[in-house]
Amino acid sequence: MNRRPFLKLVSALTIASAFAASAASADTIRIGAVAPKTGPLAGGATVTQWPSIYLWVDQINKAGGLTVDGEKMMIELIEYDDQTNPGETIKAVQRLATQDDAHFIIAPYGTGLNLAAAPLFDRYGYPQIAVSAITDQQADLSAKFPNMFFTLGTTTALAADVVKVLGEMRDAGQMGDKVAMVNVADAFGIELATAAKPLFEEAGFEIVYETSYPLGTQDLSPVIKGAAAAEPDAFIAWSYPPDTFGLTEQAMIENLDVKAFYTAVATPFPGYGARFGAAAEGVLGAGGVNPESPAFMEYAAAHEAVTGSKPDYWASATTYASLEILAQSIEAVGLDRAAVTAHLKDSTFDTILGPISFDENNSNPDFWTVGQWQGGVFKGVASRGRDGTVPVILKEGWE
Amino acid sequence: MSLTGTDIRNLCFATLAFAICALLPFGDNGYWLGLGVTIAMFTTLATSWALFSGPTHYISLATAAFFGVGTYVTGLGIETLPFWSLVGLAGLIGAVLAALVGLATLRLSGVYFVIFTLGLAELVRQVITWVQNNTGQKGLYVLTDLDEAGIYWWLLGLAAVVFLTGWLIGRSRLGFALRIIGDDETVADHSGINTARAKVLLFMVPGAVAAMTGAILAPRYVYIEPSLAFAPILSFQVVIMALLGGASRLWGPLVGVIPFTFLLEAVSSNFPNQTTLVIGVAFLVIVYLLPGGFVGLLDKIMYRVNAKERS
Repeated sequence: MNRRPFLKLVSALTIASAFAASAASADTIRIGAVAPKTGPLAGGATVTQWPSIYLWVDQINKAGGLTVDGEKMMIELIEYDDQTNPGETIKAVQRLATQDDAHFIIAPYGTGLNLAAAPLFDRYGYPQIAVSAITDQQADLSAKFPNMFFTLGTTTALAADVVKVLGEMRDAGQMGDKVAMVNVADAFGIELATAAKPLFEEAGFEIVYETSYPLGTQDLSPVIKGAAAAEPDAFIAWSYPPDTFGLTEQAMIENLDVKAFYTAVATPFPGYGARFGAAAEGVLGAGGVNPESPAFMEYAAAHEAVTGSKPDYWASATTYASLEILAQSIEAVGLDRAAVTAHLKDSTFDTILGPISFDENNSNPDFWTVGQWQGGVFKGVASRGRDGTVPVILKEGWE
Repeated sequence: MSLTGTDIRNLCFATLAFAICALLPFGDNGYWLGLGVTIAMFTTLATSWALFSGPTHYISLATAAFFGVGTYVTGLGIETLPFWSLVGLAGLIGAVLAALVGLATLRLSGVYFVIFTLGLAELVRQVITWVQNNTGQKGLYVLTDLDEAGIYWWLLGLAAVVFLTGWLIGRSRLGFALRIIGDDETVADHSGINTARAKVLLFMVPGAVAAMTGAILAPRYVYIEPSLAFAPILSFQVVIMALLGGASRLWGPLVGVIPFTFLLEAVSSNFPNQTTLVIGVAFLVIVYLLPGGFVGLLDKIMYRVNAKERS
């Protein structure tokens, strides 16, 4: 038997792969990304996280790459699906850090998955610019994981600004002080409700109806009927994506008569405006952006052109901004991760949201908190330190 | 208790194998250790699962329930109690919960038991959520100094205890009773075996072990929330891995866990966009091509070899 062809093939392959490996390490920046493509959080991640990553990589590579030490380097994206399972997130981050030898890793999606990955980012010295990880524990977490940064705000700020917006409406004589407050009985919904209740009472609001429902509840009509029976001036729901849609739908069916209607997560999704059309007018929700700013408009147009879908009006832009921050840091100090982390701590970055810098808790103090659908666009009506808030309008019916 | 020469040899081999496994963190502190933690976790879960489900043929889908309870024990207690006591406490709570469930359901048989155990994870999750909702509990953060190597050694220790327990049960009257129950429950009943008691006692083993595994892994997840702690996929993964190996031998699940972990790893690194789909296809292939698991395959080969020798 002639073994030569086989040997030739093997040696050719070995040489080729060695070349490929050295070529890859010489002039590309390997960026790892792990987030849900399947599982409970896939719906959010495929609207907010993945398209912004694809857009960012596309734009940088079309522009010839990032400038590192005077040399242009293209980005090679290595992506993994964590199936919304923290064990998989951990495995993927480990794989990226040790097998794929990624230069940088984009922070995962969701509070739980970001925190599961945090010890690994910390151990391997990767900066972790977390977006979809809203918590009040920034001080503890940044002390424990000095490489972890927070961009999207705190639970308490999100709840407090809703109370503030309603307080201003009441003080302007636009509505009374009766509030119906409901929450989804799951981590973030419980945290928001717990934070909001004392704030409402402090601000002199009367909570006339309060209830919660389990995650995944299909029939939300008892919630809306119960709220309607208490005749509130405002309806506040600390909700998750499926129930944000479900509660709005029931409110339309019951023609819930309130001056302010608030649902939390997913209200800024383009799918919300598309589904409810004119009925969405005046609906308040968590987050917001300044959709009139040229930077956002340019981003939104590119987002749609490259990925075929619209960005949401909250965390999409922040996700993109977190990547802009990473790119600017790399261009400033190179591929040394410790230097990038140090640079993150003491620089100000120019992003599509405006300038961003991190405080002593690695936390971005300037973020959007409350937005409202106005004329088919979700506009920020309250923020911490962001320009472009618009006045709140009253919710006038569901037609 | 009398040990034969084979027993002593097996014990020595097992001790040596565990000692070698315990050296892994010194060899690699990154990727392979991470896989090691996954393998140790599933070995512990699948072996303890097979201790009960192997001889009795009761398919339990309650692993996620006990596992979740364990993570919550650590999540709630880490501020006040030392870690080792939480692992013990989780085992105790898991065993008590398993006994309660066992008393309620093990008189049922077949599909009723499967359905109940599947619902159990959801039931426990809803109860915990309800308590959190009513007390206004904030998210649970488990911030410890326990690193990957520490977690690995804890799991390895637990796995050793599970193997030892399984070996002892196999030699005991309880183990004998369970094999009879598995073959024919009516016969067992008529032979004077208290079948309900035997089943409940043995069901407490996987319950306690899964809860302890959850308690050990909680520091790895850092943040504990119901949807992540009680993910039902865990129960199915444990069953598939145990069946791939074969539930009729003590070491059966181990030979299922190791290839399956590498298979999942290969799938999720090479098919990032179709992970779930490829895993589903792998499930089907395993069920069709290896109905008795690797142990069944081995038995078949041995039988053929022996048959050849006879002829």
